[in-house]
Amino acid sequence: MKKTARRRLDLSGRVDLTHGSGGRAMAELIGQLFAAAFDNPYLAQGNDQAIVPPIGGRLAIATDSHVISPLFFPGSDIGSLAVHGTVNDLAMGGARPLYLSAGFILEEGLLLTDLQRIVESMAAAAREAGVAIVTGDTKVVERGKGDGVFISTTGVGVVPDGVNLSGANARAGDAILVSGTLGEHGMAVMSQRMSLGFASDIRSDSASLHTLADALLTACPSLRLMRDPTRGGLATTLNEIAAQSGVGMLLDETALPVSAPVRAACELLGLDPLYVANEGKLVAICAPGDAEAALAALRAHPLGHNAAIVGQVVEDAQHFVRVATAFGGERLLDWLSGEMLPRIC
Amino acid sequence: MKFVDEFRDGKLAREIAAQIGAIARPDREYRLMEFCGGHTHAIARYGLTGLLPANIRLIHGPGCPVCVLPIGRIDGAIRLALEHQVILACYGDTLRVPASGGMTLFKARAAGADVRMVYSVADALALARDNPAREVVFFAIGFETTTPPTALALKAAKAEQLGNFSVYCNHVLTPPAMRHLLAGGDVQLDGFIGPSHVSTVIGSAPYEAVARDYAKPVVIAGFEPLDVLQSVAMLIEAINAGRSDVGNQFSRAVSREGNARAQAVVADTLVLRERFDWRGLGAVPASALAISPAYAEYDAERRFGLTDTRVPDHKACECGAILRGQKTPEQCKVFAIACTPDTPLGACMVSSEGACAAHYHYGRFTRNPT
Repeated sequence: MKKTARRRLDLSGRVDLTHGSGGRAMAELIGQLFAAAFDNPYLAQGNDQAIVPPIGGRLAIATDSHVISPLFFPGSDIGSLAVHGTVNDLAMGGARPLYLSAGFILEEGLLLTDLQRIVESMAAAAREAGVAIVTGDTKVVERGKGDGVFISTTGVGVVPDGVNLSGANARAGDAILVSGTLGEHGMAVMSQRMSLGFASDIRSDSASLHTLADALLTACPSLRLMRDPTRGGLATTLNEIAAQSGVGMLLDETALPVSAPVRAACELLGLDPLYVANEGKLVAICAPGDAEAALAALRAHPLGHNAAIVGQVVEDAQHFVRVATAFGGERLLDWLSGEMLPRIC
Repeated sequence: MKFVDEFRDGKLAREIAAQIGAIARPDREYRLMEFCGGHTHAIARYGLTGLLPANIRLIHGPGCPVCVLPIGRIDGAIRLALEHQVILACYGDTLRVPASGGMTLFKARAAGADVRMVYSVADALALARDNPAREVVFFAIGFETTTPPTALALKAAKAEQLGNFSVYCNHVLTPPAMRHLLAGGDVQLDGFIGPSHVSTVIGSAPYEAVARDYAKPVVIAGFEPLDVLQSVAMLIEAINAGRSDVGNQFSRAVSREGNARAQAVVADTLVLRERFDWRGLGAVPASALAISPAYAEYDAERRFGLTDTRVPDHKACECGAILRGQKTPEQCKVFAIACTPDTPLGACMVSSEGACAAHYHYGRFTRNPT
């Protein structure tokens, strides 16, 4: 009998409905694109589930769906973002990230070369973060029913004994730190979107934060919590923590790190950088006595050079987050209402 | 950021604040209205109220073009998008302005309307060029600042014979609104911080008659926090001296005559409406612009046969009294209870520049008006 040649996946085309039909086209896509890029022994088991060894500790689980337009933007793309987002959700609980699952919803018409770029970027981000993508799923939806590709990732990590971080732990007197300059991811995406047409060199800060988180945990025994200020920015994250812990906060505007290009872009568009998304920054709250040690640990890490102590937790029955402005006044940093929209005048 | 940070210097701010403290007479109150939403935003954003003596009250005026847009006009925009299936191009913060029946352009989008947020009317023109098979309507709003670009777009559309482009014109005028506020009786105002960007177009001269007729000084001020503080100092001096003239703090951008070319292009393409409903203020005579008959084919109201429906403001709403300086946001029954930025009932809560929204977002931690 003649030996059947193994067909090579043709990357010159586009995703079509056969890639999701369960037939040979789908098997080729999964085998030659996804499995080849994510290559690890658990995925190679080739079963409907990945069976992993006992992980020896409390399990942390986090899930995150990624729907972003454009798919590629300065500094990152949806692939690495899908890894960083879930790795960071695990790391903020003090967990060491171990495994990821990945669900792909592909839109008919997506260029296969774009999909390849995304998958390779995802694989690189996973390697860098030391996590294995051990199981996955692919579906194809008709043209017009997706935005190129949606990626949903779920992560599993292990939390060391003695680590008990929670958004409910902040107490009056605690110090508030951020690990670097704010608003870069959101402004990088926005500069590409909405036909803004203004040139800028702002790049997304998308990065895995687990080693930074680990350095902070080691240096700061009184660490109450960490959180990554993604959608809604620092303002939203701090309001969430204030409500969860039943406290207020007072920030010092002069201490908040915002780069000059982000400040300028926000100024131009009438946006507030404190509400703009980050994908590679963390907020940490610790006892005041440990604040300097925490700051030093953050600054010693490549992802934390611009870290700063930006304010303190205060008692406040109404859980307001306030800012002492550089101008000498004071204002409320409220929850975002609806979508962040530019002002007209 | 060079050229901006200089106008946000905290040390200078404290010096001007001290100077204001020295010249403000302790035996009286000073009630100053900043007309523009841009000033309201700067005051709230930088916490200026906290720098001023307690007897100087800043009252937030109606100068937020999104806030004062009446419900009937938003209803019209939603009809254009939903019933006439046009591509509706609009500025960002109009998307969440509440219309009849709890509708907004955001919700219209969810219901299938093709509503696109644009940064300028040039983007709307580009949409029309790129979608020749679709009708594209630019939802034009704003005071005199955003009017000249709309006027230029009308000229461009005519020159290009862009047959699928039209403008739903809702441009409003500042001096008639000031006059209307002052003519309303029981107005507790001592002076105005005058518009910044509006005045770059119309100049300072149009305020002279208003200031004279109602004996209220006006100081045109820039939108940066130091501009606002300096204009407060200038107003206190004028009030103390019994002067009711027009001062110009924003002389780096505003002349007495304004921008003649911008005025000419507006005069070529737009005409005065007999009256226009303002949310919070009611019908104000000669306070808005419509598209001139020479450009009728680009007028969305004519093209789609839109009729103006008058929809009354919410009954419990105190916006009128707040805009006249008679009440503070905290004195409104529904403030921060039924009326919040997520569920605005009245004009002042609609955009972040509105008097109530600014107080809600930035100043609620204190009982004092922001």
